[in-house]
Amino acid sequence: MPMVDIAGKEYEVDEEGYLIDLSQWNEDVGKFMAVEEKVEMTDGHWEVVNFLREYYAEYQIAPAVRVLTKAIGKKLGADKGNNKYLYELFPYGPAKQACKIAGLPKPTGCI
Amino acid sequence: MSEMDDMDEGSGIIKKFMFLNRKAPHGTVYALEGLEVVLITAAFDQDVSMVFTDDGVYQLIKGVDTKGIEVKDFSKTYRALDGYDIEKLYVDQKSMDARGLTEEDLIVDVTVLSVDEMANLMAEQDIVISF
Repeated sequence: MPMVDIAGKEYEVDEEGYLIDLSQWNEDVGKFMAVEEKVEMTDGHWEVVNFLREYYAEYQIAPAVRVLTKAIGKKLGADKGNNKYLYELFPYGPAKQACKIAGLPKPTGCI
Repeated sequence: MSEMDDMDEGSGIIKKFMFLNRKAPHGTVYALEGLEVVLITAAFDQDVSMVFTDDGVYQLIKGVDTKGIEVKDFSKTYRALDGYDIEKLYVDQKSMDARGLTEEDLIVDVTVLSVDEMANLMAEQDIVISF
C-alpha cells in the first residue's frame, strides 16, 4: 500500500488515494485529499464532509450518492439535498470525492 | 458507464429479487458480501426482499461487539437499508424460536414469517440468491 506524508505524518492510502484507517483522519488529511481532488474547501464542503463522517459512524458504510442526496435533504434542507448543489461542490461525484476527503472508503455501489 | 447505460435501456423491467441470508455474521464472508450485493442492487431500482433464516438471524442481533475478534461490526449497516429503500425484511419464525430470539432482540424492524408464508413469498420471486 502506498504511503503519503501529510503535515509531517505518514498515512497509508489505497491505490486510488483513499485513507486506509479512517480513525487516523483529521482536518489536515481532509485538506490534503481536497488538494489532490482539486477541490477548494468552503464551509459548504466541510458541511458535507462532516455529514458523511457522521453517516459512517452511524451506519458503518459510505452512502451511495442517491442515498446521500436524500439524507442531506432531510438534515440540511432541500436546497442542499439535490444533485445540482452537491455536484457544484464536488464536480467529480459527491459520494466519491467527498468520501475521499472525509477519509471514508469508496461507497459501495458507486459506479 | 456502459453497463449503467445498458441498465437504463431496460429500466421498465423490475424484477423481484430475494436475498436469502442463512449464515452467522462473522466467521465467513457471506453475510457482509451479501449485504454489499443488496446495497448495489438497490441502485438499480429493483424489488428487493431480504430474508434471514437459520443462523442468518444472528446477523440482525442487537448489541454486537466485535472488538474481541477484530472484525468490522457491520450490524449497524442494516439500519441504513431503509435509506436505500429496502424495507422488506423478513425473518423465519422457526429459526428465531430455535435460538430463543424475538423481534425485540433485533436491530431493525422485520416481518416474522411462518414456514408456509416464507414458501409462498419465495415462490413469488423472479430471482432468489442465497448467501
